[in-house]
Amino acid sequence: MTLLREAPRLVQAQPLLRMERVHKRYGDVVALEDVSAEVYPGEVLGIVGESGSGKSTLLRMMNLEDLPDAGHYRLDLPGVPEDLFTLDGYARRMLRAHHIGIVYQNPHLGLLMKNSSSGNVAERLLIAGERRFAVLRDKARDALAASEFPLDRMDAPPVELSGGMQQRVQLAKAIALEPAVLLLDEPTTGLDVSVQALVLDTLKRLQRERRITMVIVSHDLGVIRTMADRVIVMRRGLVVEAGLVDQVFQDPQAAYTQALVHAKL
Amino acid sequence: MSLDTLTRPWKAFSYGFLDASAKREMRRKILKAIAVPGCQMPYASREVPIARGWGTGGLQATLTLVHPGSVVKVIDQGADDSVNAASIRRFIARVSGAATTLDTLEATILQSRHRVPEEKLRSDQVLVLQVPNPEPLRPVEPNMSVARQMHADADYGRMWLQLYEQIVRSGRVMQGASYPSLVNGRHVMTPSPIPRWDVPKLNMAEHLTILSAGREKRLFAVPPFTRVEPLVFDDVPYRVEEHGALSCHRSGALGFFMNEIPQEDGTARYEISDSQLGVKHLDGEAPGETWYRDGEFAT
Repeated sequence: MTLLREAPRLVQAQPLLRMERVHKRYGDVVALEDVSAEVYPGEVLGIVGESGSGKSTLLRMMNLEDLPDAGHYRLDLPGVPEDLFTLDGYARRMLRAHHIGIVYQNPHLGLLMKNSSSGNVAERLLIAGERRFAVLRDKARDALAASEFPLDRMDAPPVELSGGMQQRVQLAKAIALEPAVLLLDEPTTGLDVSVQALVLDTLKRLQRERRITMVIVSHDLGVIRTMADRVIVMRRGLVVEAGLVDQVFQDPQAAYTQALVHAKL
Repeated sequence: MSLDTLTRPWKAFSYGFLDASAKREMRRKILKAIAVPGCQMPYASREVPIARGWGTGGLQATLTLVHPGSVVKVIDQGADDSVNAASIRRFIARVSGAATTLDTLEATILQSRHRVPEEKLRSDQVLVLQVPNPEPLRPVEPNMSVARQMHADADYGRMWLQLYEQIVRSGRVMQGASYPSLVNGRHVMTPSPIPRWDVPKLNMAEHLTILSAGREKRLFAVPPFTRVEPLVFDDVPYRVEEHGALSCHRSGALGFFMNEIPQEDGTARYEISDSQLGVKHLDGEAPGETWYRDGEFAT
């Protein structure tokens, strides 16, 4: 299935992120089967699907944490090699540090819980080679401010913070280096509704102000509807349907998407 | 022909206590460590008749290097006269027949715990440091497999993060001993728990330094004329202990690393940490060239 046909017509640019024909099995379980995805500069791509549909696996591939059995991945950035899946571990790590930001559902995965919050943001800059303390401090403060984190708590360790605040630290860490693409893995799952709204608000504002290219994974259609321009619906490792958010949610074609859109508590 | 003529007479132990295969392994690992400065090499770490944690790593390196012409000095926190230093020195002399000395300038092998002598070492001398924990990444990465991967990738961002946290919390770098240092621009090593005062002595030094951890079974080396740079931020300079203006209450020696001796009235007196240098001052003997002059590191 190719998504090129369904890309917004006004978008003239080349896709920033392109994944082609990605396959991945874990033992007998097929996690991804022939999945392709494209993300254009400044666009927000939503990935929805039930638990086990492969959406998080796809995001892990985009973050180069995991390698597929087959497939290609490229980022249209100057100086970035053709197929990122062929890179060695070191090159993947450097690429991740410079060009990809990620926010996990579980803050323990993305943060050093006992270091200070500003330190967590600074770590990313340190990996990228920044060695000036004052610059680290300023940039960490800027990134935390941009993700609407209360600056009087910037040196508190994440263990002492609420879930919403931990997500803001993760977000600050992800955007500190102004990544080409920001990956969000269920960023608001597990937060209560009002905090969820605030975090989504921040994401929305960042997207508007900085034109950050985002990929957001969620099982919550509301989150996707608020955030995304285009959406991919996944089930059992397959892309069931793809298209503009309004189009897919108003007029779902695949039976699974219809069930998903109409399922209400 | 009888068995007696074919075999050597029975002895209680081989020369230098360790058997030939153990020493061969040590030599090979020492050569490897010298070839890749600062990189930790695993070794078998045999039993020696002192307890783990009391200098078994250093002792094995010394026993491997020692020969009848060697002159051995053993220091414990700068002192030649501590029980541990004295018994290690006596043991080495007994199993090798090597001469012992207290004078830094006379020694060919110096085994030390937690200090580098104040007098400059020469290219014909070897400094063997006892290391309790060879892994500088342990405070930031408890999983040693991951830590080895981080060494392979030169992924040392977390080390700087540790310094960042210290400056944020306390306003300055709090790391007192074992200050992590980049060797030859590639591997970060812990220079064993020597004070910050001693780390610059390893940089571009004339002598060979071997750092050996017996319990952890790792050894690494700083070859002569190798860069050893303490990790610092570009805008937060490296600072050694402020001992430059202190003088020893016994010998009057000025501008060296001092031991603080608390007094009953709440004040403190200071005593030079390098005991033999203190003795030289007391005897009015001229010390050799020192790394620090008038409390400043002489470059």
